[in-house]
Amino acid sequence: MEPVVRVSGRMAPLDRADVDTDQIIPKQFLKRIERTGYGPFLFFDWRAGGDFVLDKAEYTGASVLVTGANFGCGSSREHAPWALRDFGFKAIVSPSFADIFLANCYKTGLLAVTLPERQVRHLVDLASEDPTVKVTVDLEKQEVRGEGFAYPFEIDAFARDCLLHGLDEIGLVEQHTPEIATFEAGRPAWLPAVK
Amino acid sequence: MPKTLAQKLWDAHVVRVAPGEPDLLYVDLHLVHEVTSPQAFEGLRLSGRHVRRPDLSLATMDHNVPTQGGVRAADDLSRRQMEVLADNCRREGIPLYQIGSRRQGIVHVIGPELGLTQPGMLIVCGDSHTSTHGAFGALAFGIGTSEVELVLATQCLPQKRLGDLAVTISGELPLGVTAKDIVLGLIGRTGTSLGQGHLVEYRGPTIRGLSMEGRMTICNMSIEWGAKAGMVAPDDTTFKYLEGKPNAPKGEAWDAALNYWRTLASDQDASFDSEISIDASQLVPHVTWGTNPGQVAPVTGRVPEPRNDTDERALVYMDLRAGTALADIAIDRVFIGSCTNARIEDLRAAARVVEGRHVHPKVRAMVVPGSTSVKRAAEDEGLDLIFKAAGFEWRNAGCSMCLGMNPDILAPGERCASTSNRNFEGRQGSGGRTHLMSPPMAAAAAVTGYVVDVRELL
Ligand code: SF4
Repeated sequence: MEPVVRVSGRMAPLDRADVDTDQIIPKQFLKRIERTGYGPFLFFDWRAGGDFVLDKAEYTGASVLVTGANFGCGSSREHAPWALRDFGFKAIVSPSFADIFLANCYKTGLLAVTLPERQVRHLVDLASEDPTVKVTVDLEKQEVRGEGFAYPFEIDAFARDCLLHGLDEIGLVEQHTPEIATFEAGRPAWLPAVK
Repeated sequence: MPKTLAQKLWDAHVVRVAPGEPDLLYVDLHLVHEVTSPQAFEGLRLSGRHVRRPDLSLATMDHNVPTQGGVRAADDLSRRQMEVLADNCRREGIPLYQIGSRRQGIVHVIGPELGLTQPGMLIVCGDSHTSTHGAFGALAFGIGTSEVELVLATQCLPQKRLGDLAVTISGELPLGVTAKDIVLGLIGRTGTSLGQGHLVEYRGPTIRGLSMEGRMTICNMSIEWGAKAGMVAPDDTTFKYLEGKPNAPKGEAWDAALNYWRTLASDQDASFDSEISIDASQLVPHVTWGTNPGQVAPVTGRVPEPRNDTDERALVYMDLRAGTALADIAIDRVFIGSCTNARIEDLRAAARVVEGRHVHPKVRAMVVPGSTSVKRAAEDEGLDLIFKAAGFEWRNAGCSMCLGMNPDILAPGERCASTSNRNFEGRQGSGGRTHLMSPPMAAAAAVTGYVVDVRELL
């Protein structure tokens, strides 16, 4: 994974709460066996309805998605962060994310950051009023800043480390193979093995 | 220190703890399906890795299998996904129950019926409804594809500790009210995200009185209120269900397992971060009216006034007006299926309502058993004949119209009474409208053509 230190760019506002992963990438696009190529299908049904915010010319090329609470709820499909990244987003700011979606973002190198509702509202309003406004989501300094504001955010220290250094998590776990083997040897005999 | 059930399960799987790092947990069973695994296997291949414990992995085809016409009825992309799964399993030695196999079915239905889901286990799958397996007193949760790759390679998963929630349910369930109504009522109260960052234990006398099927229905929908996992402490109902299942321990191993399983309950003084109580005796059948499972109301009620933008958008999408009686909503389709409600007990409950009646002429209704074994069991009891005589389509096992990756989908604007778990926009087909409810309620909708209080038909 590429290291992620900070993301600077324009914002796109998706002013909705409870955006589920079925909306982010509908099921008919989950039949691909690759990790890429999902961008064109991001929010497919909403975009097909016309007049969708992400399709407005002024938001083309935005790299920070600012959106409502409980973003990414529902299905565990990692295709959702893949599609967001393919589309061009490198960071998402929301008051809260669904657990599995958040984990998937970290693994995908998509910088998902939570800020209090009030501050997210400020960003959404800002992006809606002036699409040219730029912000920086700074993982190193743990803040989202722009002209006249700097909002600190909390993030799991380990996830931060993995993102900052682009760590390969499988490699990290493999360093503990001896402990895994020891644990494995002590597992109760009644546990099932698939036949 | 007194521990909760969730803490006991967690501690029993810790391979390694280190300050500032997530705990490294050992996975007892990794369930795999065709949609969320191809990129994980590809990742392994690219890095020259192999599956560490193919014997602790099980794959099936469920999400995009056609429910009639066999594999040839699948579109090219779906077929390719199934072929890729078969190739990957063959290469890595992972047992696979593919389409046509006697044991094929929805991943969360076959684990329990094969006796592979047992108390005390840690079970993961690239699917958010893995929480279903928690009904056995297992720690079970959904993971993303990168995590699938990690588990394939190492049989382990780093996880940050989570909070503990308790939901205590007491009171006798009234006639016509089911486990589905308990969980829909709960989500109506909590909303869709209260459970975030938590493991939930469902407890109390009502849970004790529920069958394994009912417990699975409740644990299944934990993710719908944001929880990572849901679980129920195992008891005699659990042990009775498991005894004699193909992969359940036998003889001395059974006794040893049983001794351990009996310790799997929250200690008396264990404390939870928060607790919710529900009085089941006051419950009525529930129906969703919106586009998330928290937008739900008693069938005796009305479509509520919108409280926010989300509600307003939902009403537009669902083509409903605030104040409309839920029981006045006409439906076009009925889907009895999914990992929430397509086990034998669910089909029996629906069949009891259907027997001697006929599907309303304006309605197209189908039953999709959760697994090939459920289908066979239902046929042995003659349930298929009841459904078919009433005008239901009787299909082969799969996820089917729960998510519409196969040919079973709603047409735009069609309204469906569904026993599945998600009423998201377009979930059952682009533009389709979903009302979630219990199997008896869906059966009642099929025969009357309306969302209706099933208690009137009992
Ligand atoms: S039945 Fe529906 S919810 Fe269950 S695993 Fe299949 S698609 Fe997911």
